[in-house]
Amino acid sequence: MSNLLGHYNYWIVIILMMTGFYTVIARPNLIKKVIGLFIFQTSVFILFISMAKIEGGSAPIIAEGISVYSNPLPHVLILTAIVVSLATTALGLALVVRIREAYGTTNEDEIHVQDEQD
Amino acid sequence: MEHFIDIVLLGLLMITGFAIVRMRSLLAVAMLTSIYSLLSASLFMVLDAVDVALTEAAIGAGISTILMLATIALTTDREKAPRHTPLLPLVVVFTTGAALIYGTLDMPHYGDPDAPVHRRMAAAYLHDTPEEIGVPNVVTSVLASYRGYDTLGEVTVIFTAGIGVLALLGYRTRRRNIQSPAIKKLVVLRVIAKLFLPLILLFALYILFHGDYGPGGGFQAGVIFATGFILYALAFGLGNAQRLIPQRLLHVLAAAGVLIYAAVGIEGMLLGGKFLEYRVLADDPVTGQHLGIMLIELGVGITVAAVMLIIYFGFVSRQHSGDS
Amino acid sequence: MMELVLDLLSWVCLLAGAAFLLIGAIGVLRFPDFYTRLHAVSVCDTLGAGLVLVGLMLQGGLSLVTVKLLLMFCFMMFTGPTAVHALAEAALQGKLKPLVDDRES
Repeated sequence: MSNLLGHYNYWIVIILMMTGFYTVIARPNLIKKVIGLFIFQTSVFILFISMAKIEGGSAPIIAEGISVYSNPLPHVLILTAIVVSLATTALGLALVVRIREAYGTTNEDEIHVQDEQD
Repeated sequence: MEHFIDIVLLGLLMITGFAIVRMRSLLAVAMLTSIYSLLSASLFMVLDAVDVALTEAAIGAGISTILMLATIALTTDREKAPRHTPLLPLVVVFTTGAALIYGTLDMPHYGDPDAPVHRRMAAAYLHDTPEEIGVPNVVTSVLASYRGYDTLGEVTVIFTAGIGVLALLGYRTRRRNIQSPAIKKLVVLRVIAKLFLPLILLFALYILFHGDYGPGGGFQAGVIFATGFILYALAFGLGNAQRLIPQRLLHVLAAAGVLIYAAVGIEGMLLGGKFLEYRVLADDPVTGQHLGIMLIELGVGITVAAVMLIIYFGFVSRQHSGDS
Repeated sequence: MMELVLDLLSWVCLLAGAAFLLIGAIGVLRFPDFYTRLHAVSVCDTLGAGLVLVGLMLQGGLSLVTVKLLLMFCFMMFTGPTAVHALAEAALQGKLKPLVDDRES
């Protein structure tokens, strides 16, 4: 039972990760794949931040009267990761736009058919 | 009580995730992704990560949604049914999920103060920040000073994304200043956009320079700054917005931010210290740290704002000229 | 005594705000047409969010936090109805016809 209470955060995060993973590999639309990658990345952020939390702590801003602070190091790493996820999403969506203009479709199955015909 | 809010937010995240997988209409999926980002931002607030919550709300729920909507406008907005059965992906997903859950059984309990991740570096940063840097927000001090090199790489990644979108999508200036009749009717939106644009820009500057004392910093400020101009572009038409901010200016600003950051580092070397050492920038080490942090946050804000606008204009101007 | 009254008042505001938000959500699910749903969202969400902010302001007392919450309140009062107006105008441009009652009465 204490295992459940101590770990439910991580398990739900893994369910979210698998949802994003499934969207990337099973859905044929390219925009859906990029969105699935976005969901995967955001759930990884939740994993890191829940590892950084300390019971009874507060935000890592030094103030009077607070003795326990949450760990600031994963916050810094995730700040960088959020910005990098934006960069990859923007580039992925730009590629989807160009693929649409080149092939006329954003469906992965139809793109494979057109590639095999060439 | 906090655990209860935690469980409810995570449950809502799961429901939103499943809905994103199942829905066929891509517009609805874009909106659900925005809801997913906002729910994660709320979850980050509950988990005491205030800087991360601000960044996720600004970037995930703001800019990413706009980019997805722009892409959907340029491509289809319906997803077709998959041709093959999802049996193999489901098997792969379940196996990976089971392996990961087996891996987490060894992890420390959620909220445990004795976890290995809290032992060395975090205590050192929390202890050294008031004396060496004198900035209350420990996340800013770690991001800008202790791990300043990583942040330089991050700014370069943003800059590269801007260059990548420029190379892929280009930036076509509208010669004629056509305001479509649809926009002319939105009088309320135009008045409110004009009223709020200076307030939004002021708020962005506030977050930029107040990032030392509360949640904030260069990235959030740059995104909010760009959002003000995106609001202007939405309310007044693309032609007006492109005349307001010329293309050359955005290119120069995007590069200038990265250059400011690197210049602060080289200045440290010229004054006798190492690369990105802020202590030597002024007579007093703490003042030098403050000066260094302020300059690099400014550089980060400038680059992020310019790159966000480059990306937005790249997507939206494609629609007007490259229509198929 | 004063603190008890303020506390009670803030509790009433918070609960009323939550109730209005819930009513707005039920309206979105139950109303038959886009424009009626938009009406439910606009009125109930702005009122609910405003009441929650007023409740938080009463909890904060006289401090910088209350000033920031007041600014947020003004911002929400401005931008909530504007967003809904833009949505309704966009729907009209997209030729979405509102559901009218055609019965002769």
